[in-house]
Amino acid sequence: MNIKRPYLAELLTAVALILLPFVLPWLGFSPSTINRILIWGLFGIGFDLLFGYTGLLSFGQSAFYGTGGMFAAYLLTEAGFDQVMIAIIIGAAVTGVVGYVIGLIALRRTGIYFAMITVAIAEVFFFVEFNPLSAFTGGENGLPGVPQPQFNLGFTVLKFNTDWSMYSFLAFWYFVGIVVALRIVRSPVGAILSAIRDNPLRAAALGHNIHGYKLTAFIVAAIYAGFAGGLLATMQGFMPPDAFMFETSGQVVIMTAIGGAGTLFGPLVGASVWLILADFFQNTLHLGATWKLVLGIVFVLLVVFLRRGIVGAIVDLYRLATDRNGRAEPEAAAEGAAAAPFDPSKIEPMPARQRGGASTSGPILKATGLSKRYGGLMANSDIDFSVEHGEMRGIIGPNGAGKSTFFKMLTCEVQPTSGQIVFEGRDITHMGVTDVCQLGLTKSYQINQLFDRLTVRRNLTIAALGETRGKFRLDLFRSLRSVPGLDEQVERTAALVNLTARLDTPVSELAYGEKRRLEIGLALATSPSLLLLDEPLAGMSPRERVETVALLKSIARGRTMIIIDHDMDSLFELVEKVTVLQEGKVLVEGTPAEIKTNAKVQEAYLGGVHGEMA
Amino acid sequence: MVNWANFISQCFNGLVLGALLALISSGLTIIYGTLGVLNLAHGAMFMLGGYAGWVAYTYTDSFIVAVVAGSLFVMLVGVVVERLIIRHFYTRPHEDQLLVTFGLGIVFVETVRYFFGSLSQTTPPPPLFQGITNLGFMIYPTYRLALLGIVAVALIVLYIVLYKTRIGMIVRAGIEDSVMVDSLGIDVYKVFMLVFGIGAMAAGFAGIVNAPVVSIAPDVGEAILVQTFVVVVIGGVGSFPGAVLGGLIAGEIISITSMFNPGYSYIMLFVAMTLVLVLRPHGLLGVAGRE
Repeated sequence: MNIKRPYLAELLTAVALILLPFVLPWLGFSPSTINRILIWGLFGIGFDLLFGYTGLLSFGQSAFYGTGGMFAAYLLTEAGFDQVMIAIIIGAAVTGVVGYVIGLIALRRTGIYFAMITVAIAEVFFFVEFNPLSAFTGGENGLPGVPQPQFNLGFTVLKFNTDWSMYSFLAFWYFVGIVVALRIVRSPVGAILSAIRDNPLRAAALGHNIHGYKLTAFIVAAIYAGFAGGLLATMQGFMPPDAFMFETSGQVVIMTAIGGAGTLFGPLVGASVWLILADFFQNTLHLGATWKLVLGIVFVLLVVFLRRGIVGAIVDLYRLATDRNGRAEPEAAAEGAAAAPFDPSKIEPMPARQRGGASTSGPILKATGLSKRYGGLMANSDIDFSVEHGEMRGIIGPNGAGKSTFFKMLTCEVQPTSGQIVFEGRDITHMGVTDVCQLGLTKSYQINQLFDRLTVRRNLTIAALGETRGKFRLDLFRSLRSVPGLDEQVERTAALVNLTARLDTPVSELAYGEKRRLEIGLALATSPSLLLLDEPLAGMSPRERVETVALLKSIARGRTMIIIDHDMDSLFELVEKVTVLQEGKVLVEGTPAEIKTNAKVQEAYLGGVHGEMA
Repeated sequence: MVNWANFISQCFNGLVLGALLALISSGLTIIYGTLGVLNLAHGAMFMLGGYAGWVAYTYTDSFIVAVVAGSLFVMLVGVVVERLIIRHFYTRPHEDQLLVTFGLGIVFVETVRYFFGSLSQTTPPPPLFQGITNLGFMIYPTYRLALLGIVAVALIVLYIVLYKTRIGMIVRAGIEDSVMVDSLGIDVYKVFMLVFGIGAMAAGFAGIVNAPVVSIAPDVGEAILVQTFVVVVIGGVGSFPGAVLGGLIAGEIISITSMFNPGYSYIMLFVAMTLVLVLRPHGLLGVAGRE
């Protein structure tokens, strides 16, 4: 990222906003069009934080745009309040509260459900504005007579009553909006939001309260929308009721998609394209109402062919142009690292953090009578299982023995049908996966659960943040770099899983073995005191297996680990004790030597696996 | 106070609207269930059906022809759109699918506006069903009664197609696990195309049979789409019985609330949706994990 040029984006925005009034009229934009673009752009910044960064596509932003505008307009007209700026800020704050309440409902579901619910809620706002509240909102007439802002500075009064003075007013607020949004994006919260977009389940499993962060993004988007609505009222001198229409929500979605989601500047670019094309089709080509048809077609084509919008395409082109020379280097470095024998035992792993659990004597984990029923199938029945501090335990068993289900219950991803789980003296049976990770128990997954669109560094950062910040903290304006110990944690973990040379590579470009190592690295970066590994060796080449076994030995120092794997030679080399599961029950427990010679185990693997589970 | 004759006739209105919403929502829900695509152009499909039927009616003066032509036209549009555009979006994120279907909805609405203008158009009911019928306890427009029957028959046909035929079995299997269906040697893309066509046709059919009750305009689909979403959230995504139940509930809520104050009908609908989301997040008849 722009670590060397920290405020480049802010600086460029300021310069662009100052230059625009000189450039745009020359291109045929009228000042009122430019002002409308700024308002849409500001509205869109909040929407982009919600959609582009957090992955929540809301089709109901009109509710907040309208609410903020109406509230401010009501204060300034009917209520006789005369401080324009304060009214707008109050409007935005009220919208934030409304956003909190609506978010509680809408965020009960994700994906398409979320989209549908937001559409429905926005429609309710529209009807409320038109009917029950029409005495306050003017119903279909809206609220006319909204004053323009002015500030009495003592020696002079700043008035914003012409198009260009209004431009300076709006440009100032757009700048504030973009600066705030950039801070959020670069904060720990911003990193977690992008994790939620890429893989919400893993984000939760790494100890982040994703619901809280999603709600945060929703409220921030609502506040941006409400603020933009207030600016609209004062710019037009009139608060139009159609701000509440579905079309408004649709337009902000369209503009963001055209400009490029996840870029913050996308909505501004999209709004410029949309509004200038609308002007051009209507006034120059005299298309009349057909302009929307043409723009609709343009939009569909853009979604089909230009996936990341205009800004996204520019960024991609820029990368393509600049990365030609830069790209070869890390690959060569990776080759070099691969050629040199990798020895993780030389790297000291981060210690397992003590989280104030009960005494270190006695078992770290104790499960009693654990059962899980899926309909008529008993995946696990009545398992008693106990692991001591510092132990390395292996779990083996034929396919379908219930090993993964067992792990899922231990990490609280699924609730057991009956039984109890005690971790470091705490009963965790009915906790969630997020809380359990915060206590120091986490898992690396059998099937990679990574944040594919982010770099290796970002992935590990997100994992480490759960440990350093707790499950929820609103440090929206803190720089990631100022989180103490974060970089060290990330770099040590990367070194341990031999991904130092690949730190700035996006996960989607990693080889399979590298992804497997990152999968372990993610779990490790949370500094767990008990680490579960679900088939860490699956799909690895013989050489990678040797390296990974060395890695596992190295990270076992100072922590307890439980490993499921089918590679018995490697597993028996690693662990001190093995539990064999068969048909959802514990078949036998013992040292590797005992297990190897146990008749029951040989029967389970070689003889007929009888009956129900087959 | 409550006027009972009025109340009963509103309940009937609710039933008619509910049946209609059930039909449209089943179209939406089988498309989502099978293809994994939420079709934001579904409301526009409803509108297209109304217009296609209206055009056919103005040329032939036959309501039957209008219904058949309208339905087939929308089915054709569905199949073509699936083949040309939607198919390329199965592997793309849900958000892209929402964006492209949203855009297609705009294109449909604006195309119709381009050809037929923004004024609303009416299709008269067929001669057989004109006028009013005295049911003894109330007097009710004949066509609305007929509409209830027509939509009920359409729902039963859809039920038979989905639950009693080979193709329906494949579609339902596809809702459970389309990858598995594909690996069983069934050309799942052909099925997808057909499902999209059938789903669109359900909306288009509803659009044309509803045209004699509510006149059509290019943006009639928007309100219908929103109501359909509420129906699907209440009933549970991917569930045909859920769509029917949710449709009837939503229809009655809208009609009965309208009797007191139409402005509150959406609010009540929203309250019902919120209650369902809080008490049964997967919808009344939905299955957990199908998202």
